[in-house]
Amino acid sequence: MNIVVCLKQILDPEIPARDFKVHSEKREAEQGGANLVTNIFCENALETALQARDAHSGKITALSCGPDGAEDVLRKALALRVDEAILVVNEADSNPDPLFVARTLAAAIRKHGDVDVVLVGREAGDWGAGQTGGLLAEELGLPCISFAESYEPGSTAGTVKVKRQTDAGYEVMEVTTPVVLTITNHDQNVPRIPKTRDVMQSYRKPLEKWPLSDLDIDPATAHDYYQVAELFIPQKEVQCELVEGDTLEAKIEAFAGRIAEVIQSM
Amino acid sequence: MNDVVCCLLGSAGFDRAAQGVLGAGRRLADSLGGKLRAIVMGPAEDALTSGAAAVADVVVVAADPALAEYNPETCLTALAELVKQAEPKAVLLGNDTYSQELAARLAHRLGGSAAGDAVEVAAEGEQLRVTRGVYGGKATAVIALARSPGVVWVRARAIEPASAEGRSPGTVENASLEVTADPRVKVVERHVEAKEGVRLEDAQIIVSGGRGLGGPEPFEELKTLADTMGAQMAASRAACDAGWVPPSWQVGQTGKKVAPELYLAVAISGASQHIMGIADAKVICAINRDADAPIFKHCRFGIVEDYQKVVGPLRERLSALK
Ligand SMILES: Cc1cc2nc3c(=O)[nH]c(=O)nc-3n(C[C@H](O)[C@H](O)[C@H](O)COP(=O)(O)OP(=O)(O)OC[C@H]3O[C@@H](n4cnc5c(N)ncnc54)[C@H](O)[C@@H]3O)c2cc1C
Ligand SMILES: Nc1ncnc2c1ncn2[C@@H]1O[C@H](COP(=O)(O)O)[C@@H](O)[C@H]1O
Repeated sequence: MNIVVCLKQILDPEIPARDFKVHSEKREAEQGGANLVTNIFCENALETALQARDAHSGKITALSCGPDGAEDVLRKALALRVDEAILVVNEADSNPDPLFVARTLAAAIRKHGDVDVVLVGREAGDWGAGQTGGLLAEELGLPCISFAESYEPGSTAGTVKVKRQTDAGYEVMEVTTPVVLTITNHDQNVPRIPKTRDVMQSYRKPLEKWPLSDLDIDPATAHDYYQVAELFIPQKEVQCELVEGDTLEAKIEAFAGRIAEVIQSM
Repeated sequence: MNDVVCCLLGSAGFDRAAQGVLGAGRRLADSLGGKLRAIVMGPAEDALTSGAAAVADVVVVAADPALAEYNPETCLTALAELVKQAEPKAVLLGNDTYSQELAARLAHRLGGSAAGDAVEVAAEGEQLRVTRGVYGGKATAVIALARSPGVVWVRARAIEPASAEGRSPGTVENASLEVTADPRVKVVERHVEAKEGVRLEDAQIIVSGGRGLGGPEPFEELKTLADTMGAQMAASRAACDAGWVPPSWQVGQTGKKVAPELYLAVAISGASQHIMGIADAKVICAINRDADAPIFKHCRFGIVEDYQKVVGPLRERLSALK
């Protein structure tokens, strides 16, 4: 099976709130001392792809769209032994809208050739749009299953069986390929750690770079779908009373009292 | 056209989520001077249809047998067709799995723009503007949708319902459309976890555990505390990813959005992504051994202790106080 995994580079979402600042004119977060990382759900998607390849063979292509520095996420994917890596270089805009990204990824996937399964993350940890997978499926005219945690070959050729999360539990669906799956986190797709040797070798592996112009994508259309009109840090301070007491028992007593108070007032 | 369409896909009757979506829709339609139309997909429940009719001008029921079981492709095609007939300015959906799954694709089929996780949707001139949390809840953004219609999924339970008072109920129609099941997707299995009591999203009291619990067993101890408090159980993503509890317990940006009267966070650090799921809780309190844990910034009160020393005695105290 030919698998394409789409990887987005984002500002480390786990930086503490106190270190987080926004540039209100540019309407983006300031990088400050924070790292750029692979979006966690993209890592879950890559792990899902690696497991599928381990179990049933196949070829994995890692695909990203971003500035030249987004090469890092692809090097990391190469260190996890994906077969190919492609970066669509977009230096023009650091925060294109999801339709622009989906059109770009769709064009890259078409140029790349045969594909059976396209994996994306359920959402990116920076803007949290959660749209790229669905829009990509529409651009390519494919079915799409969201919030998937794993897949395997289906009961007939040309299908895959997908397990996906729902509000109340899970669903298993059989769907014809090619298909787009958006991947969510699960205890079975926690990203693996690359071997040091593979990390070193990843820098010597080939990595293709395609300019947007190769794909006939006009960077001027990067905000035709939506624009960020405002960005700010909401102010909300709650005064927290940490219960005190000379003994552990006294503290627990006080804590229990506060809880009981809330429950009784309901 | 200035009409608004609310799509109700994953609703369990006229629940708080359906009420929130319709509330947002009613206010938006009034501000645009348009009509509010509600589309109910799947088997029509009387409570939902009449609840929607109390708020909307028109309720369209799409009860075709092919839509009885949710299939993303079939449902999307039918929905796109029905919304197209209405030519609205805005399309609103809830934040259930199915609505989230279809919103962006629906926008694409309608030539519009989508945005999600909205806490507010407003019209500004010709444009729709959507307010939402971004960067894992550390910032708030206002997104201006450039194309029409705007398709928005909202944080349904956080949105004020609309009052039905003083308005005569809207008309209820059957959808006129032909639906053929999309052969590309077949649902093989649909598993609903047996959960006692009310759904997490509707729970009044929640006890939630995090990575600091260290394994699945402490969750069982926490459960006895939750039972004493009459609470539902939830967890942080770290605890779900570790496989200690099912993914459906996850609360946060990418988990359930809850709005209880009381939320007790046990050994949860309070990362912004977790807080995003509990922003609508009335009172948050925590047990954490680290006084500097960010969770305390969101708490009304807390206790700085090892949970192992607190949970048992706390349960005893609370059952004595009852
Ligand atoms: C895009 C994205 C989406 C995300 N979505 C979610 C989401 O929906 N929900 C979510 O929860 N997270 C989400 N996260 C993850 C989030 O950033 C945090 O990593 C996660 O919430 C941490 O879980 P935790 O608080 O249980 O663990 P930790 O951060 O490891 O915290 C453990 C806490 O337990 C305390 N502790 C340890 N031992 C004890 C003890 N014996 N007694 C008392 N206290 C103790 C520690 O002091 C610490 O504060 C998301 C992250 C990203 C990037
Ligand atoms: N610039 C990008 N390059 C590659 N993949 C992307 C990019 N942006 C988004 N994606 C994919 O789409 C998923 C969801 O992103 P979003 O729709 O932005 O929340 C991500 O997890 C990626 O798999």
